[in-house]
Amino acid sequence: MNDGEMKLRVTPIGNGTVIDHIPAGQALNVLKILGIDRTTEATISVLMNVASRRSGRKDIVKVEDRELREEEVNRISLIAPGATINIIRDRKVVEKRTVDMPDQIVGVLRCPNPSCISNTNEPIRSQLLVKSKNPVILRCVYCEQTIAEKIADYLI
Amino acid sequence: MFAKRHVISMREFSREEIDSVLDLAESLEPYARGGRCEALRGNILALLFFEPSTRTRLSFETAMMRLGGKTLSLGPAEGSAMAKGESLADTIRVIGAYADALVIRHPKEGSARLASEFSPVPVLNAGDGAGHHPTQTLLDLYTIRKESRLDDLKIALVGDLKYGRTVHSLAYALALYGAEITLVSPPTLEMPDRIKADLAGNGTIVRETHALDDVLREVDVLYITRIQKERFPDPYEYQKVAKSYRIGADSLEGARDRLIIMHPLPRVDEIAPEVDGTHHAVYFRQSFYGVPVRMALLKMLIGDRLE
Repeated sequence: MNDGEMKLRVTPIGNGTVIDHIPAGQALNVLKILGIDRTTEATISVLMNVASRRSGRKDIVKVEDRELREEEVNRISLIAPGATINIIRDRKVVEKRTVDMPDQIVGVLRCPNPSCISNTNEPIRSQLLVKSKNPVILRCVYCEQTIAEKIADYLI
Repeated sequence: MFAKRHVISMREFSREEIDSVLDLAESLEPYARGGRCEALRGNILALLFFEPSTRTRLSFETAMMRLGGKTLSLGPAEGSAMAKGESLADTIRVIGAYADALVIRHPKEGSARLASEFSPVPVLNAGDGAGHHPTQTLLDLYTIRKESRLDDLKIALVGDLKYGRTVHSLAYALALYGAEITLVSPPTLEMPDRIKADLAGNGTIVRETHALDDVLREVDVLYITRIQKERFPDPYEYQKVAKSYRIGADSLEGARDRLIIMHPLPRVDEIAPEVDGTHHAVYFRQSFYGVPVRMALLKMLIGDRLE
C-alpha cells in the first residue's frame, strides 16, 4: 500500500493523539487501557493490520481532540512497549514520544489470583509492581502473585 | 536495625532485620517462660481471626500477656458475621482505634497488606489464606539457630512443597543465610519452578529428590510438613506417598547425631510418636519458641513506638 492509498483510508487528524506501532491485533486493548468505550464522544480511528516497514504488521489508533497524558501513555507500554505517541496540533506533530513503563500499575489490571483480597469489594484499587520490563513481569502488591503472560486478559 | 511498622511478608526482611528479631527473642525467652516483665503494660493487642487457629492465636495472646499487656479478640464466628456486612478495611479502621496493634488471620491472600494500609496501628500477619505467615518463618529460624545452626546449614524440606507456602517463605529466608536446601516431595507436590529459580538466582544450592532415605544421613535439619489427603484424587496414591515420608525410629538409624526434626504442627502421622522421646525431636520446643519470637515482634512494633 502506498501513501496515496493510506490517505484514502483515514484522513490525518487536526488535533489529538496518534498512537503508532501498536503490535498487530492490540488496538482494541489499547482503547480499553485508555478507558475509551462506546460512550466516548471523541472521534476515534482504529487501523488494524496495517503494513509496517518495522514489524510487518501493526495497528494504529487515532484519538481526535484529546492529548494523552503521560501516565495514560505509559500504561500502554504493558501491551505495546514499542508504541510511539504523536501529539498533533493544527495538523502538525508537535511532540513525539515513546512509551516508558511505570514502576507501578494502579487500577489497570486485576490480579489473576481469585483468592486475592484485591478481587473483592474492598475500597482499594489493584496495584501491581513492575518486576521486569522486558519481558514484562508484574507482581501484585497484595498477594505477591506474579503475572507474566496474557497480560491483556487481566485488563479491568 | 528494625524500622518496620508492620510485619506482613518475609520478602521484606533483610538478614540483619531477621537477626535483630532473633536476638531480641533470645533475650526475652526467660520472660516467655514466666519471668516478670511489664514492657507493654497498659497496651492492648487486638486479635482478629477470621479463620480458625488455635496455636497461633494462643501464642500471640501468651506473648502479649507475658509482656504485661492485654488482648482482645474477635473469634471466627464474629469475624465471619462481620465480614458479611462490612469491608475488611472498615473493620480494621474501627478496631485499630481500640488497640495498640492488630494481629490478623484472614482467608483472602493479601488481606494483611490491605489491613496495613488502613490501620492506624501496627499490623502483624498471622496467615492470609494460602499466602504468608511470617511469624511462623521467624520462629522456625529461631528454632534452627537455637537447636542447630543457621550458618553452613544443610536442611531438607519434606512433604507438600507445592501448596505449603510456609515452606516457600522459609526457603527464601534460609537463602539469606546461604543454606544448602534439599527439597523432598512426591512428584506431584514439588516446589514451584519460579521459587526454585528465585532461590538458584540468589546463589542458593538447591537439590531435589523424591526419596527421603537419600538425604536423612546428610542433613542437620529435617523440616517435615503435612501432606494433605485432599491433594490426591486417588486415596491409594495418598496412602503410598504418606507412608514413604513417615518418620519412625527406624528411619533415623544412620542419621547425624545432631540432626533435628522440625514440624510446624499439627502433625497427623508424618512423625511416629516413638520419635518424640529422641533428642532429634524439637517440634514441641519449636512451637514454644513462637512465644519469645512474637514477644520480640510486639515489643519492637508497639514498645519502640512508645519510647
